[in-house]
Amino acid sequence: MKNSRNQSKFGLVAGVLLALSVLLMACGDSTATTASTAAAGTTAAASATTAAAGATTAAGATTAAGTTAATATTAAAAGATTAAATGEKFKVAFVYVGPIGDGGWTFAHEQARKKLVETLPNVEATYIESVDENPTTSEAVITELAQKGNKMIFTTSFGYMDPTINVAKKFPNVYFEHATGYKTAANVAVYQVRQYQARYLAGIVAGKMTKSNIIGYVAAFPIPEVIGGINAFTLGARSVNPAAKVKVVWTNTWYDPGLEKTAAKSLLNAGADILGQHQDTPSILQAAQEVGKYAFGNDSIMESYAPKAHLASPYWDWSPYYIERVKAAMNGTWKTGDYFGGLKEGVVDLSPLNAVVPDDVKKLVDEKKAAIKAGTLDVYAGPYKDQSGATKVAAGATLSDKDITSINYFVEGVDGTIPK
Amino acid sequence: MSLKQRAAKELEIQKKLVGLPPRQIYPSTAFLAIITPILSILVALLIAALILFVSGRDAIFILSEIFRTSFIQNFAETVVKAIPLILAALGVALAFRARLWNIGAEGQFYGGVLASTGLALSFPNLPALVIIPLMVAGGLLGGALWGLLPGLLRAKLEVNEIISSLMLNYVALLLTDYLIFGPWKDPEGRNFPVTATFSDESRLPTLVEGTRIHFGLVFAIVAAGLVWLLVGRTKWGFELKVMGDNLKAARYAGINISRNIIIAFLLSGALAGLAGMSEVTGVAGRLQQNISPGYGYTAIIIAWLARLNPWAIIMVAILFGGLVSSGFTMQRVGVSSGLVTLLQGILLFCVLGGESLYRRLLYQAALRRSNLTKES
Repeated sequence: MKNSRNQSKFGLVAGVLLALSVLLMACGDSTATTASTAAAGTTAAASATTAAAGATTAAGATTAAGTTAATATTAAAAGATTAAATGEKFKVAFVYVGPIGDGGWTFAHEQARKKLVETLPNVEATYIESVDENPTTSEAVITELAQKGNKMIFTTSFGYMDPTINVAKKFPNVYFEHATGYKTAANVAVYQVRQYQARYLAGIVAGKMTKSNIIGYVAAFPIPEVIGGINAFTLGARSVNPAAKVKVVWTNTWYDPGLEKTAAKSLLNAGADILGQHQDTPSILQAAQEVGKYAFGNDSIMESYAPKAHLASPYWDWSPYYIERVKAAMNGTWKTGDYFGGLKEGVVDLSPLNAVVPDDVKKLVDEKKAAIKAGTLDVYAGPYKDQSGATKVAAGATLSDKDITSINYFVEGVDGTIPK
Repeated sequence: MSLKQRAAKELEIQKKLVGLPPRQIYPSTAFLAIITPILSILVALLIAALILFVSGRDAIFILSEIFRTSFIQNFAETVVKAIPLILAALGVALAFRARLWNIGAEGQFYGGVLASTGLALSFPNLPALVIIPLMVAGGLLGGALWGLLPGLLRAKLEVNEIISSLMLNYVALLLTDYLIFGPWKDPEGRNFPVTATFSDESRLPTLVEGTRIHFGLVFAIVAAGLVWLLVGRTKWGFELKVMGDNLKAARYAGINISRNIIIAFLLSGALAGLAGMSEVTGVAGRLQQNISPGYGYTAIIIAWLARLNPWAIIMVAILFGGLVSSGFTMQRVGVSSGLVTLLQGILLFCVLGGESLYRRLLYQAALRRSNLTKES
């Protein structure tokens, strides 16, 4: 009741403001007749009524509507109770770092969100795209989502880590899921996928297909996820072609189609005939197709952007995880955790290979894929050396999950440096 | 026309203006100054409502939801966004007064960020009473130094400050990247490009309990007052304006131009640096990438829309803070982000259009008045 009164009050204020400005406008021009002023007044009054009506609808639509940030927590809790009582949908929200049409990282999450809604009809899943990783902006966005009655919020980029944790403290009744981070809390879980497994398979294809033995790799930022991906790709390539080198160029951006293309061209000019990549857009594929060379997609299947150049895409299907977690949240069985699924769990895969890839290579990839799934092949199993030639992982040893998620050196065969 | 003749003519026009009949039949300039931006925003809202309506959405619900979220329920968040914008815009406005085109607020912001981060990381055990003033000084100094470079180049070697200050933005950004990917990387951060979290003592205190509004707001308001005093009430401020209006005349009048250029750039940079300091210690609590989503550039637009007036800058910056969050609010209620960008573009277009219309109206009003007095 109190809320709806506030809303109509707002409508009134807006109306009065509008009327005032129309009046001011009329005063500005002294030739305006009284008739037109009166007419303007009526319009303003009319719009005030509509505004009030709109506001009332708004009050009905949104369940949680605390008037100040201070009461936000209680508001969210109240919203949840109302939702349960009226049989409303379970509200889930996604925060995306790029636009849903990026064709890569965010696109993959968006596909999973759609699948989630299809699979669980009682779930209403909304998203906000192109949210800056800047702490001021992202924390405000996540807070707003929590205030407005979302019971579960997925923040899908590393830069949202601290903001997610901060907002989670203020909303203990909301479940948070942060992708690619490492900070957890009672109501914050983190999740990531074993991208390196699919990248290893892509590396096998690259090692078999290259003629110049120079494979380019356009990479976004020197963070563990990317560095480990380059290592796995290189290990894959050199497992079938020990002469292959992987040349890395950093772009320092996830999403800049123009710059990514320039970086791709620089690698092609340096003699690379195949391009691997860790970016959020398909620009690298397009650069390769323009000069008749091959490239890999990333994050989602990018074949349609450059079908001739597209050898395959390591891609992630987040939907099994999303469906499982939302279900758990709805049942009340949700627990915080640190998810790291791979080929076996069906969240990571290499898309079907281009028709130009010979059958024996296809067979080899299928075998290796099956071996990884079965657990008989560990991508990071030794022995291998780092760039300096020092043995990093001895025969019989491998990397722990913590090593994988905090790796900071390149393996032998990578031509590039990690900024230190 | 000699200077003397020109002055005589100016005086004549002045007399005519003073001798105007008391009943004005055209809007006063003060009235225009206030009504143009208001009308521009209303026109923009009207267009926005129309577009939303045509695309089949409940325009009134969306617009009122934006207003409710950005300016009532989460007004605190809007203010948080406005703080760095106010400080950086004040700095930019100060330089613009003298027609010194300091495009480098972004870099100067990072200058302040780096200086205060360096201090916070080096002295994690100092009490707040020591480290905070130290970081404020560091932030001011860091920004000032980043501003000093283009200032010096302009003052001593006549190097175009637009290019030098702009280029230094990229230098600052890359230097930040180098530091957070290298020497400043958090040893416990699993190799992610972030610095360690600052100690609680080196966090700028919160101003309003339960919100994220931090002490930077006080800096912003005090800075606005100081800039207002400095530009409007001191000899130096007057010199700055003379330089902006006519550099040759300023030189002729014996104003020390190169000294003033350097001081203007130092102050301008210091304010942007303070913005950076308050952002990294008041909001983020650690240095990471994207600490500024382009505050230094938005500050330029804000300074212009506020007509370089320090108090207006506060208002415009808050409006911009709301504009940024309104985009996400619109997305939340189902407007696609493409449409959001379009609507924000329309708003800017209308406000800027209103601005140029305002200038034109001013000019015409002046013309009309001089004609009027000639006839009478």
